[in-house]
Amino acid sequence: MHKALVMEVDACTGCHQCELMCSYGKVGAFNTAKSVMDITIYDGGAINVPSTCTQCQEAWCMVVCPVQAITVNPATGAKEVSAEACVGCKVCTIACPFGAINYDPDSGVVTKCDLCGGEPMCVEACPTTALAYVAEDSTGYDKMRRSATLAAGLEA
Amino acid sequence: MHYVIAGAGPAAIAAAEHLRELDASAQVTLIGAQAQPPYSRMAIPYFLTGKVSEEGTYLRRSQDHYEAHGLNLIHGEVTAVDPKGRSVTLGDGQKIKYDKLLLATGAEPIIPPVSGMEDPRVQQCWHLEDAERIIELAKPGARAVQVGAGFIGCIILESWVLREVNLTVVEMGPRMVPRMLGEKAGGLLQSWCEAKGVTVHTNTQVKAIESTPDELQVVLENGETCPADVVIVSTGVKPRLHYLEGCDIDIDQGIVVDAHMQTNQPDVYAAGDCAQGLDFSTGETAVHAVQPTATEHGRIAAANMVGNNNLPYKGSLNMNILDTLGLVTCSFGAWEGVAGGDSAEMYNPDNHQYVNLQFKDDVLVGANSVGYHEHLGVLRGLIETQIPLGEWKDRLKDNPVNLVEAYQGVNQAALQNG
Repeated sequence: MHKALVMEVDACTGCHQCELMCSYGKVGAFNTAKSVMDITIYDGGAINVPSTCTQCQEAWCMVVCPVQAITVNPATGAKEVSAEACVGCKVCTIACPFGAINYDPDSGVVTKCDLCGGEPMCVEACPTTALAYVAEDSTGYDKMRRSATLAAGLEA
Repeated sequence: MHYVIAGAGPAAIAAAEHLRELDASAQVTLIGAQAQPPYSRMAIPYFLTGKVSEEGTYLRRSQDHYEAHGLNLIHGEVTAVDPKGRSVTLGDGQKIKYDKLLLATGAEPIIPPVSGMEDPRVQQCWHLEDAERIIELAKPGARAVQVGAGFIGCIILESWVLREVNLTVVEMGPRMVPRMLGEKAGGLLQSWCEAKGVTVHTNTQVKAIESTPDELQVVLENGETCPADVVIVSTGVKPRLHYLEGCDIDIDQGIVVDAHMQTNQPDVYAAGDCAQGLDFSTGETAVHAVQPTATEHGRIAAANMVGNNNLPYKGSLNMNILDTLGLVTCSFGAWEGVAGGDSAEMYNPDNHQYVNLQFKDDVLVGANSVGYHEHLGVLRGLIETQIPLGEWKDRLKDNPVNLVEAYQGVNQAALQNG
């Protein structure tokens, strides 16, 4: 059973610690623009929504990639981008209905959450319970999967 | 059960792999017309710039991928289909029997009816071999004229600039990528290209290409003449269908398919750039000729071939993204708007930024953007779920750039309520 990254809106304070650690893990710099975990803040800071890739089963990004640059890590279930194989065509960035895979002009390839190989740094950085890395059958994960299916509308 | 797939492009491979997933005992035969292992035309621009090798354009990375998945990939060109006899004929006369057939023969370039096209310095950019030939012709300092500024034209344009050729682009439409971008977005793309040293002619066609041993003269209908060392023709594509003459398969713009991706002939399906399938935005059928539609078509067709038409498809959302010399443009769905609809717009020509959102009531139905590359996928999410925007519609009208906030806001509201 794979574990899943679960995000709980009500517990997020919008502190951005997760984004800082994520970018540090990804590019070795504390730069929220390079984070693949994103906190969206609205209503004047009243609501903070953490979001990243939910590692969909039938991942749109993976299916649409023309050069098989996105593959499944069997240990974690994460859909991982090969920077060598990615040509930078960006078609995955419009195919993902969550906006969770994005192009990085500095590297010329797309980036997304890879669960840090099974030890997500964002979860370690989170000072509240907003981010957790737990067994896939937890309620929060089911809820996310459902909304993923809804958003997709594509049942195949 | 023997499934035969005519073609070996993205729709064909997506279908073959999904057939294998759904039916472990299926016999699956793919018929590819190209000499190379199945490759992606979308990757050719990056082969032209040297970002990837030829192997980097292949649809699947491991050499034995097809064999390992029990997919029989054969080289050949389908020249005829016999739905009654349940067979296809290949160029060498060989007949292959099928139980279910998928037509995924893709598209081919449209060649404008202009004199001089046969000169070897006039090149399509469609097959890998074309790309290799262009690499020889497009030496630094060479004068290149690119005919057509559509989807493919705008992506390959960067290859010429990186190869340091002097580039002139000729587009017959009123703006660059007229089938994907509105007037303001197309205008921003044009001024961006011009600022990078590209000469852009719109609203004019090539009348003739005159050859001399030293150079080509590209004569335009607006009276101008462009001298060139190489001419690249990218004037659009059309479904590849010539092998279907006289076999009673319904053809309009492409092969007409129903919600199960089936043609008018039982057990004959079609997918990808050759198929005219349901369009999510209009409810009618259309040829999209884009990668997301091709891979979805392939998977939906495979599911229906295995499951006897048990998976109706709601249609594909047309979408496109281009990176032209570093300026990212994208389009989704009904970007031109719908009758009785409403819109929101942000136009910042100084920064080459633009967002245009199209609504029907409080549902997003289409979008264009220029100069943004982050979280664009949320546009698909908002359009395909048809989720009511509620108060977020007014917020988007105030600031169309706040898309991620709107996306999270409406989804959070939906989760709270149900």
